[in-house]
Order: sequence, then structure tokens, then C-alpha cells
Amino acid sequence: MRKRSWAAALAPTLMLTLAAGATCAAGAVTLLNASYDPTRELYEDYNKAFAAYWKTRTGDTLTINQSHGGSGKQARAVIDGLPADVVTLALAYDVDALVKRGKLIPDTWQARLPDNSSPYTSTIVFLVRKGNPKKIKDWGDLVRPGVGVITPNPKTSGGARWNYLAAWAYALKQPGGNATSAQQFVRKLYENVPVLDSGARGSTVTFVERGIGDVLLAWENEALLAAREMGADKVEIVVPSISILAEPPVSIVDKVVDRRGTRAVAEGYLKYLYSPQGQEIAARHFYRPRDLKVAAKYASVFPKILLVTVNDVFGGWTQAQATHFADGGTFDQIYGK
Amino acid sequence: MAASAAAMNQSFRRPRRVLPGFGLTLGYTLVYLSLIVLVPLSAAFLRSAGMGWEGFAAAVTTPRVLASLRLSFGAAALAALINAVFGLLVAWVLVRYQFPFKRFVDALVDLPFALPTAVAGIALTALYAPNGWIGRLIEPLGLKVAFTPLGVVVAMTFIGLPFVVRTLQPVLEELDREVEQAAATLGASGWQTFVRVIAPTLWPPLLTGFALAFARGVGEYGSVIFIAGNMPLVSEITPLLIITKLEQYDYPGATALAVVMLVMSFTLMLGINALQTWAHARHGKK
Repeated sequence: MRKRSWAAALAPTLMLTLAAGATCAAGAVTLLNASYDPTRELYEDYNKAFAAYWKTRTGDTLTINQSHGGSGKQARAVIDGLPADVVTLALAYDVDALVKRGKLIPDTWQARLPDNSSPYTSTIVFLVRKGNPKKIKDWGDLVRPGVGVITPNPKTSGGARWNYLAAWAYALKQPGGNATSAQQFVRKLYENVPVLDSGARGSTVTFVERGIGDVLLAWENEALLAAREMGADKVEIVVPSISILAEPPVSIVDKVVDRRGTRAVAEGYLKYLYSPQGQEIAARHFYRPRDLKVAAKYASVFPKILLVTVNDVFGGWTQAQATHFADGGTFDQIYGK
Repeated sequence: MAASAAAMNQSFRRPRRVLPGFGLTLGYTLVYLSLIVLVPLSAAFLRSAGMGWEGFAAAVTTPRVLASLRLSFGAAALAALINAVFGLLVAWVLVRYQFPFKRFVDALVDLPFALPTAVAGIALTALYAPNGWIGRLIEPLGLKVAFTPLGVVVAMTFIGLPFVVRTLQPVLEELDREVEQAAATLGASGWQTFVRVIAPTLWPPLLTGFALAFARGVGEYGSVIFIAGNMPLVSEITPLLIITKLEQYDYPGATALAVVMLVMSFTLMLGINALQTWAHARHGKK
């Protein structure tokens, strides 16, 4: 009996080992893509397209597995040994962690692919209730008394950090704007936040299902998806005058692909994201494509907004993280006494 | 008399064993406990040890951490207390009375065990949110549950209920009804019978149930996180702060908080165990 239970316990491990071994055999290849939450549908589509493309090019049958979760959680899983061949995360800070904490990739990773290794982009927009009863037009309206703003906690949610920085960037661009006035603005904004969910999907549920708040700060792709799923009779999208260019980065995980011998296919997988086909799939899932031709085709979906980048305004993610979201940073100061 | 004493003596010398030897089973116990409990725990201690005493003290005494510890342990204690009272009631009814659908009600008690905690959290939040079934009724009374510390207590009460009921049930079933009848024939009132005869037997299992429910509440993350609102200094539980630290790749800081929770929980458990032994001894002497 005891022996049998040992065998039962070992079986999954064995199966994993076999699965890993099987990838080395010619003709059948597996890839693991560790991604964040809202990309589930995007990569389901993209994986099918890429597997078909790879089959015609090399004859190999490719099985792509997806793993989804909070961006930071996924990065930690890869650091702790999740054998992901590629990561497609929400912000460069989490990919940087693979360099600093795990030495899994070289620190030049962001220069290896075009456009800061972000094949598609997004931005932060507002989702308001049908008819926009509180007349929310721009960031300035979010700090009015009586306006409930829903956004997740930037300390636990990668997506929420984009929201925070977008608000900060707006305040900086106002006449006479500086770091002090920006912090003042963001403080007033968070005084209007009644619930700090731990993740972006949680905030969407709080806003849509629980009916809390007047405006949800959301990624454009999430807002467009929510608007399509629920119909225009419940929510509508408001595009602010200025927002931040959210660049979700992708990278191969060198240590993993070298061990598993999947470097070529992993690189091909990421490069194909930049092809017209890959860009088209991204656009269909409401991510802004980089490719100008595809962008022109979907111009009606993505309104023109003045977009600032984290590199230009905040000196990159490492610095933004240290200034704003580390313990004792500007976000903590808002809630500190 | 002499024969029975001899028999007892013999049985004392050579106890009949149902399971194989003491050495083997103790060995397994120790290995198992080490693998499952001690090794992960010591890993936590080791990881936080890297930051030094001062860093450790600074990390765990910030106002936010202290506020979260107060909420986590306070809400868990309150929830366990509520469960001790109402769990006793439920266990009593389930053991002492016959009624239709009793088995169904009995199975219902286990539901908080079986339900994934996130599902429980989402369901509770949907109920208590201002537009939920219950929230809609109590909001006009000025009572806010969802997204307040009160919501944390509600979630912890929900997940803790089975622990109290399930520890009390077998003891209640074992209670000798004749003792109660004897008390009644000696002129004790219903209340006197309960306080003098039944309660002393129930104390130890009630304390165990309380301790289990309390421990579960302190460690709970999944269900609480949805209903708490997670406002800094107000409705943040300590496990959320641990996740927050992990999100910043601050492993030592996260484990430092974990160690504080561990030590506090362990001390409280030891205290409750001692209390239980004392209650047992007192009851035994009577």
C-alpha cells in the first residue's frame, strides 16, 4: 500500500520529466509562455496561428502551453523555477526581476527585439457608467468630491502602476506642474478610491458587478473588452486628454531555452508577434499594434491620445518603482500619516 | 480482586498493539512533521534572518504592519468567538434534535471547508456589497460590511464555522444523558444542569474549536481579500502585506512578516492548549 502511494506521488513528477524529455525528440516541440491575466484570449488565438506557421516552415508539430496570473507572480514563478521558454508580462520591471533576482536573462534583453521588446502597446482609459452621469471627461474630474474612482493597489498590481503613473504624468503636464503638485493631485485622487483590489480583474468586478464607484481606471484593451462584453447600455469609455503608453514587454528566458534546446522556436515565437499576422491578432484583441499598416486599418478602434512613456517621464521602470512604489515611496506617503 | 489486579498488571506490561511498533510510528511522525511543517517553517526563518535584527524590527513595526496585525488577529479572535457561541448552538441542535432535512443541514456545515476560498470571498462580497441582497438592506441603516473591517470578520466567521461544530459534535454525542437526568432528579434547573454538568465537558472541545477557527482566520487570504477593501491602515490584513512585499521581490521583508505571524500564532496556540489542559484537569478532578 505504501509503495503504491509512493508510486502515485511520483507519477506526476515522472510525467513532467517525460514531457520535458519528449521535447527533445524531433518533430514534436512544446513551449511554455508565462503571461499575465488579460492576455489569455490573445495568446489562445496567437498560439494557433503560430503553431500553423511553424508547421509549414519547419514541419515540427508545436504545442504551446500558457500560464496566466498576476505579472509579478508570474515573474516570481519563473525565478523560482517555472520552466517558461518565453515571458510576456505587463511591465518591464517584472522582466528586469529575471535579470536581477534569477540571472535568467542578460540585462540587455530589452534591446534584443524592436520597440523596447513590446510588440503591442496599450494605454490607460476611463470606463464610466452609461450616459456618464458624473460628466467625467479628463483626469481633473477624478479628484472632484463625490466621484468614486476604482483602481487596484499599485503595490500588488502591475496594471495599477500604469494607472498611477498616468495620473502623475497628467498632473506634471498641467501649468506649473511639478513633483509636489503631482503628488498632491494623486493624493486627492486616491482619497476618492473606496476599494483597493489586489488585481485589475478584481477592480473590474468591483466596478461592474458590485456597482461601486463612478469611474474605473483600466487598460484600454480591458475597457474595450468590457464594453463589448457588456454592451454600451451599461458602460462607456472615456478617453482622457493625456495618458501613458503601456508597453507590455516580451522576452525569451535564456536559461530555460538553452537547457531545453528551444531557443530557435522561442525566438521565432516572439518575432512572429511583430509580423503583420501577429499584429493583426493583437489588434483584434484590442492591443494597439506597432505596425503602421495594421494600425491604420484599426484606427477607428484606437482613438488618438497624447501618450507619454515611462522612459521619458519617469526615467524607466527601475527608477519609477523606487520613487513611487517601493516601501516609503510616494504611494506609501499618500496613506502614511 | 487479586486476579483482576494481576490481569491488569499483565495488560499493563504487554499492551496489545493494533498498529506496528512505537518506534516505527514515532519515526514516521517525526519525519512527516519535519517534511511537511518544520522544513518550510525553518526556510522562512532562515530567509528573514538575512536582514539582521534591526532591519527585521524596522520591517515589522511600521504603522501599516501594526495596523494589519491588529486587524488580522483582532478580526480572527472576534470571528472565532462568534463561531464558538453559534457553533455550539448549531452542534447542539444537530446532535440533540430530530428534524426534517437534518442530514442536509449537517452537510451544509462543511461547505465552508469544501468551497475554494476565493469563491467564498466573491459570494460574500456579492451579498454584502451595497447593491447585494444583504448589503441593500443594511446599507440604509448605516451599516457597511463589504469593504470594511467588518467584512473581514464576516469572511473569517464563514470559513471558521465548521471547525467549532465538528469538534463539538462527537463530544456532545458522547455525553451521558443519564447524568443530566440524575441532575434533574436532584433538583437542578435546566440552566444549572447546563452550567454545572454539561459545560465542564464542553470546555476543552470548545477551546479546540475556537483555536482552530482562530488559526484559520489569521491565515486566511483568499476569501478576505475580496471583501476587505484593502485600504492601508484600515482594512489591510497581514497576509496581503506579505503578498505586497513579494510583489516587490522583497523576500526577506515578506518572510519577516510571516515569522511575526508564526510566532504570534504559535504563542496563542500554546496558550490555548495550556488553558485546555487546565480545563480538562479541573473537570477530571470534579
